[in-house]
Amino acid sequence: MAEIRLEGVTKLFRQVRAVDEVTLTIAEGEFMVLLGPSGCGKTTLLRSIAGLEQLDAGRVLIGGQDVTYLPPRKRNIAMVFQSYAVFPHMTVFDNIAFGLRMHRTPRSDIQRQVQQAAELLHIENLLERYPSQTSGGQRQRIAVARALAMEPQVLLMDEPLSNLDALLRLEARAELKRLLNEIGSTTIYVTHDQVEAMSMGDRVAVMRAGKLVQVDEPLTIYQRPADRFVGGFIGNPPMNFLRVTVESRDGALVAVMPDAGEVPVDGADGLGDRTGSLLMGIRAEDIHVEGGSRSPGLRGQVLVIEPLGSHNLVTLRLGAAQVKATTRPDERLDVDQEVRLGIDASRIRWLDVEREVALADDTEIGPGAGLGEIGPSELASEKE
Amino acid sequence: MTARPASARPGMRRRQLGRALTYVAATLLAAFVLAPIYLIAISALTPPEIALTQYPRPLVPTEISFDTIRFFLDAAGVVDAFWRSVYVGIITLVLALLIGAPAGYAIARYAFRGRETYRLLVLSTRAFPVVILAIPLAVTYIRLGINDSIIGVALMHTALALPFAILITSSVFISVPRELEEAAQTLGCHPIQAFLRVSLPLALPGLAAAAIFTWVISWNDVFAASILTLREPTLPARVLTSLTQSRITFQFAAGFIMLIPSIVVIFFIRRYLLGLWGRVVK
Repeated sequence: MAEIRLEGVTKLFRQVRAVDEVTLTIAEGEFMVLLGPSGCGKTTLLRSIAGLEQLDAGRVLIGGQDVTYLPPRKRNIAMVFQSYAVFPHMTVFDNIAFGLRMHRTPRSDIQRQVQQAAELLHIENLLERYPSQTSGGQRQRIAVARALAMEPQVLLMDEPLSNLDALLRLEARAELKRLLNEIGSTTIYVTHDQVEAMSMGDRVAVMRAGKLVQVDEPLTIYQRPADRFVGGFIGNPPMNFLRVTVESRDGALVAVMPDAGEVPVDGADGLGDRTGSLLMGIRAEDIHVEGGSRSPGLRGQVLVIEPLGSHNLVTLRLGAAQVKATTRPDERLDVDQEVRLGIDASRIRWLDVEREVALADDTEIGPGAGLGEIGPSELASEKE
Repeated sequence: MTARPASARPGMRRRQLGRALTYVAATLLAAFVLAPIYLIAISALTPPEIALTQYPRPLVPTEISFDTIRFFLDAAGVVDAFWRSVYVGIITLVLALLIGAPAGYAIARYAFRGRETYRLLVLSTRAFPVVILAIPLAVTYIRLGINDSIIGVALMHTALALPFAILITSSVFISVPRELEEAAQTLGCHPIQAFLRVSLPLALPGLAAAAIFTWVISWNDVFAASILTLREPTLPARVLTSLTQSRITFQFAAGFIMLIPSIVVIFFIRRYLLGLWGRVVK
């Protein structure tokens, strides 16, 4: 177990800044998820921490030790690869024992540690087999067992579940979360699956184009995305973004959409005394669809209703814009019906229209610029 | 049987037909390769008087005799030439793999400036006919004092085999995922250890194939060996010098003796190949 500090980590591939001045501290025992669309540099960042990539700038510290110029074998890390990278010419036992043997662990300890790791992952009965005699799900377990047997200070995982089919992935996700909770090692987990990120991470670091966009607890990221990209990337359906004009009317604030009327937004966070043109971010579940056309709210028209069992997903037209909202499954709505939309003002995320970035209020990190401050001090104060 | 739907039968019949055709094709191909070998073998093993007089020769040997072969082996310098060929082949194999495998590995693993040019350059050496090189080569060898020597021929054979060794090994190493080596590195390996413990064992079948190929190139080479040797020829060079003036039985025996090592090597390495591939390939 160790703390990981990344200071201005930068990696270039020719002219492309694959990882661009990433500064981040991962606390001891923390489960940090690196999340982003493919090509955002999250895997490169992970490989940089592992020592498989040479940095072009910046430093990596593990447990207070500067490991920037150390090869992978001297970093006290273990990594689970997306393809599992299980050695095909060795039995499962030899695979799990490989790292221990390289570190000249005594034979009796190897036997015990391999057995323990195998038991943790329920693959004791596979130890004599070759990887070609195991299934994809089992190979994934072998890869995790091989990493855990090393009892590393830091566990790095590169999309370990992405090669499993949907059902197995769901199962493996819960299993892995339980396992890592139990072990409590510092873990960095790369994924492009936002559900995985939300459900597993203590904190989630969202990346785009090599930069960190937001680092927060999953719920904060979901409710208070740092910018339009994060709001659109996290959550299903993505956050709605509506261009509105905020006006003060008799001391109360209303959001006005020229072609869809207005809605009271009093009590909205982070607005301060700003009025004028803004981008209003709102989650589908924070929009209340009212069937009657006389109630207050934005005027909308039902386009599509998708019953999903636990709720209905309704796509609505508001003037030129489209909005997704959820309703109770028993709510009766018809296609083309005129409805009114109420909005839970406390859940609104206000964004600057031009930069599409959350209004600087209480966000832990100023997106884009000012990434330097995401540090342990801030983390600590957050937890107190 | 009766419950099987009628529609399944034509499909199955077609599959059976396809299978039969595959076997026929395989048999023909095998016969194409094996028939001459068989004919040479029985000709070499029948007593010389039968082999010389009877025509057409019996397809099944009525009488086995090693007279022809003994005659061939007793001919001046044949045994020495045989062993010389074996040594040259082994030295060539070792040199070509020692130089070729790292080069192939570099082409497979590292993106470096001029990689494609290098790959092409390696191959283009084979586009240069040895015939043109013959005289300068002989002169250079004499000047260096390595003419008429085992190591001299082996060096030439290495030069001939190297392009193939490099290209075959590079494609072998490409097929070993880089992530396996990286995984080994994160598990405590120095890059060289990662190569020796992970990539090399996985690449062995392919390297064995490259080895066979190299050895066969060396064993079969007549031209370079004939130019570079005079008093101490390799087997093909030795056979070539007396081929036109010798009896046909001598030629059979020569052909047979030249076949044996190739077959032994191929069988030996092939078993090893299948053993490894059977386990590694999913």
